[in-house]
Amino acid sequence: MSADFLYGIEVVINGLMAGVLYALVALGFVLIFKASGIFNYAQGVMALFAALTLVGIMEGQVPFAHLINALFGTEVHHFGWEVPALLAIAFTVLIMIGFAWAVQQFVFRHLVGQEPIILFMATIGLAYFLEGVGDLMWGSDIKTLALGLPQGGSLAVEEWTAGLGGDDFYGFFIDKLDMIATIVAIILVASLIIFAQYTKQGRAMRAVADDHQAALSVGISLNFIWVLVWSLAGIVALVAGVMWGAKSGVQFSLSLIALKALPVLMLGGFTSIPGAIVGGLIIGVGEKLFEYTIGAPFLGGATENWFAYMLALIFLVFRPQGLFGEKIIERV
Amino acid sequence: MKDTVEPYVTDDGRTIGGVLMDMRNITLRFGGVEAIKDISFDIREGEIRAIIGPNGAGKSSMLNVISGFYNPQEGEVWFRGEKRPQMKPYQVARLGIARTFQNIALFEGMTVLDNIMTGRLTHMKSGMFWQALWAGRAEKEEVENREKVERIIDFLEIQAIRKTPVGRLPYGLKKRVELARALAAEPKLLLLDEPMAGMNVEEKEDMSRFILDVNDEFGTTIALIEHDMGVVMDLSDRVVVMDYGRKIGDGTPDEVRGNQEVIDAYLGVSHD
Repeated sequence: MSADFLYGIEVVINGLMAGVLYALVALGFVLIFKASGIFNYAQGVMALFAALTLVGIMEGQVPFAHLINALFGTEVHHFGWEVPALLAIAFTVLIMIGFAWAVQQFVFRHLVGQEPIILFMATIGLAYFLEGVGDLMWGSDIKTLALGLPQGGSLAVEEWTAGLGGDDFYGFFIDKLDMIATIVAIILVASLIIFAQYTKQGRAMRAVADDHQAALSVGISLNFIWVLVWSLAGIVALVAGVMWGAKSGVQFSLSLIALKALPVLMLGGFTSIPGAIVGGLIIGVGEKLFEYTIGAPFLGGATENWFAYMLALIFLVFRPQGLFGEKIIERV
Repeated sequence: MKDTVEPYVTDDGRTIGGVLMDMRNITLRFGGVEAIKDISFDIREGEIRAIIGPNGAGKSSMLNVISGFYNPQEGEVWFRGEKRPQMKPYQVARLGIARTFQNIALFEGMTVLDNIMTGRLTHMKSGMFWQALWAGRAEKEEVENREKVERIIDFLEIQAIRKTPVGRLPYGLKKRVELARALAAEPKLLLLDEPMAGMNVEEKEDMSRFILDVNDEFGTTIALIEHDMGVVMDLSDRVVVMDYGRKIGDGTPDEVRGNQEVIDAYLGVSHD
């Protein structure tokens, strides 16, 4: 096999794994949108906040340290201990569930039955509020996520595949972190599907996603389900935040990964979990392949910045409901 | 005989028990409009109770008060001998009051079977963890729930469409699936909001038969709303008649039929 072809395969594999990360972010959007019709602009900030909280807890940072110091003239910054990763993750999950509850209790409970645009505006407010809280709680400096996840290319894969091509092929370069992210994402999605299909709460969640009035009449509390989906979206945000944070450091630009999810959603449909995954993979592979075959040789590169949006735009024109979204038919 | 709360046996051999639900002096307002004006009536265990009246009489409002979708400004709702505090619709459903809707509220994206299974949600008690693993008590519970649902599917003769997504069904069958879902909850009180609305004669006859059979077979207490008087009179044990938010008649179909005010309301005598 020629080296060019093999490098093409490498591009596809890397594209698939980048796509998994896009899909992770998009998944959070889909969960909330499906159950409540809210397009949650704050999903990216939730990922940032979750990652900040995880790092803060692990490093034993005092939350709101600046505020406390300013108010009481103290000089506290660290508790002086370090929390093991698993324990810190458990704490962060609890905080994300608490956040979900607060969002429902103080914001969306009062907005039931409002126009979608108002709900959307509320999530924009929520996004900036949460960003501010994140800043106030944990400070605005760039942090590194020391989860002990392996970084860099996998030597094993490189050596194992080097023999496939001729002398000018040196084996596949596959990032170890990407491989772990893929495995974690598969486990996460599988658990979500099992949860939705077989548990009482999961079935109730699907019922609410389908029809609110009918759900009420079979004894489902809408409030509880909405807290549940925001909690799940919070956990998905934590996973996305950890994976992206491990790649590029936990900093405030992390919240912009939400923008990467938009084309994924347009492609896969806003209401479909498989759609989010397939959409993420198509965009991941598409932008890498486009860059490799057309972008870099003919267009001067850096096509990855806009390719996804262009693809989404084409999709919008021909299939506005996305690949897996429900077709919108208004009966007159 | 109908005024006492002593149990009695009907002509067709069904036993009517004590008072299951008692509505006392219910008044419901929307802004300045009184949809229900100081209405009292009761529903007794095992009976089929109808609420009838012309369009806009406040029948649906009354059903929504019973099922917790509306909260009345005045009056008390008593259920199984206890005063019911203000409740959300889902809490009322968990008390054992199931309902259908005039304009059908089904889970359109789910199959008939899955729709009916949601009626069993309030009966699922095993832990989430075991449900996810499909093991232990959860497995036994799931099998039991499925058996109950299959029995209802047989009973309502919808075996052929078990796996069909509800969105694809014709109107009459949707109404039947909605009834099945309400029945799956094994309700103590079943509320039917215009079960015959929009049906042709044949479908109406089928639905009447199912309502009678449900009452007879499962002993379910049923309260239903209709504006078609003919159907109701054949079905019900007792009838409440409403007009302009007031109660203008209450009694057996024969008693109500002879009531001058009821005749006026239906024939449209001018109100002065």
